[in-house]
Amino acid sequence: MMPQSATANILTVLDTDFKGIIEEWLGTQVKEGVKRSDLFSDAESRNQNRELLKAFSKGIREGVAGEDFDLDDDKWDDLRAVLADVSRERVNRGVTPTEMATFVLALKTPLFKRLEALADSDHSMLLRDVMLVTRLVDAFAIYTNEIFINEREQIIDRQRQEMLELSTPVVELWDRVLTLPLIGTLDSARAQEVMENLLQTILERQAEVVIMDITGVGTVDTQVAQHLLRAAAAVRLMGAECIISGISPMIAQTMVQLGIDVGTVSTRSSIRTALSDALLTVGYVIKKTEAQ
Amino acid sequence: MPLPSYAKFDESDLGAQVLLSQHRLKTSGDAVTARQAVARYMKENGASALSVTRFATAVSEIVRNAINHAGGGEFSIYVDRRRKTLTVVCWDNGPGIADVDLALSDGYTSGGGLGRGLGGAKRLAGRFEIRTAVNAGTSVLMSVNL
Amino acid sequence: MAGVTSINLVEHALLVSIQDDITDTEILELQDRLSNKIAQNRIDGVILDISALEIVDTFVGRVIAQLAGISKLLAAETYVVGMRPTVAVTLVELGMYLPEIRTALSLTHALAQLREI
Repeated sequence: MMPQSATANILTVLDTDFKGIIEEWLGTQVKEGVKRSDLFSDAESRNQNRELLKAFSKGIREGVAGEDFDLDDDKWDDLRAVLADVSRERVNRGVTPTEMATFVLALKTPLFKRLEALADSDHSMLLRDVMLVTRLVDAFAIYTNEIFINEREQIIDRQRQEMLELSTPVVELWDRVLTLPLIGTLDSARAQEVMENLLQTILERQAEVVIMDITGVGTVDTQVAQHLLRAAAAVRLMGAECIISGISPMIAQTMVQLGIDVGTVSTRSSIRTALSDALLTVGYVIKKTEAQ
Repeated sequence: MPLPSYAKFDESDLGAQVLLSQHRLKTSGDAVTARQAVARYMKENGASALSVTRFATAVSEIVRNAINHAGGGEFSIYVDRRRKTLTVVCWDNGPGIADVDLALSDGYTSGGGLGRGLGGAKRLAGRFEIRTAVNAGTSVLMSVNL
Repeated sequence: MAGVTSINLVEHALLVSIQDDITDTEILELQDRLSNKIAQNRIDGVILDISALEIVDTFVGRVIAQLAGISKLLAAETYVVGMRPTVAVTLVELGMYLPEIRTALSLTHALAQLREI
């Protein structure tokens, strides 16, 4: 007997033995070594599997036309939502992408077994069902992986962001005078971050002078010099003055040898002179007290 | 002569993207409307201020080319909610670009012609693709992550 | 002109705030109007407030640079004030450092600098 739709057998299997499938799915995960009992309690795993399978069934029931489906479709909203939650949790607990994919793929075995029993010996029907389940579960797994990796990238991005912020403090030295002590290496990502951070602070504090101190920057090659000059140019565009301080004799020699033209940017060898010049610009002088 | 099919962007380039809006490009006011629409969509979807400015600037450059050098065209904005990207396509029936590499090449020219705008747009956009045929038109596709 | 709210004369300086919806046509008209005004009056400076501008692309950057050139020939300085950080970063990335123009944080700063000249 031919079923009325391509998904009829799969839905029958899911409806008649929903619980059994979940248990066996869990079992397969244990066997494949991807059930992280160190990270999730049994009850938690069972609960996640139940929610996922429920949403998956709903998607199959409503979101498969003929043999075609698209997980981006509205009909699969539920599955995508549950999956997003599950992935987020798993990423945060340190599950690997392989474990995550194997976890989803482990759903095939319990479904195949039941379809086989249902098909009796109608091999062409079984073949058709197995092919459809395979496509569905594969799509499910691929989608899971995408979400999972996306989630991980977001975490990495957030951490990178936090690290960058930590390493580029903008300090208000005096009213309308900012300083940016640069330390370590200045690559493109960091230079960009430094620049954004600096410009935002200029706006907030209405700073008129900015001292970029490069005493702590190990090497100044053409690229680093370019980054510095670009930052200085952006500072000037915003209407503030930029002084680059901490240019050691060695760095000065390198810069000249590299043919780097600092143009109109002011430079000072030490932060000391930069500071007194900056203060002078905003109307202050550093004076020795009489008592000394 | 309309842009030949090989030189236009179609579904295969746009994937699972949904059309958000379409704008006619004829006057310099249309250029403002187009880039402001892009900025609005990006802000609504939580893009950072810098990312909005960069991409809207790139949009401004390419729509101006269509308006000033090609007598106008059409501008469409697409979104891919799953991959969180915004894509724009700017299309015109103008003279086309004979040497794309040259048009994209960088370097300050005080006259600042077409090349500067296009090269700048390429640098500011995450993904930048250009298709063109001489005497038939130009189609530019740009994407940004939201 | 929708894109420009007003041109005001303060202490021999022309103050112009440019709005975000200014078109290419309008900004060229503005350049023209400002050039005429500088020539007609005794003007020391032109202060362009661009704090409302979300973007400054190569065209607008070029027009502003040209305006600075024109004012200089007519013995006036051009100041750009209130540029947003995102706009500054983008312009630098485009290679437009605009060395022709003077910049200041705000209108007040620009006026103070003009008095010193």
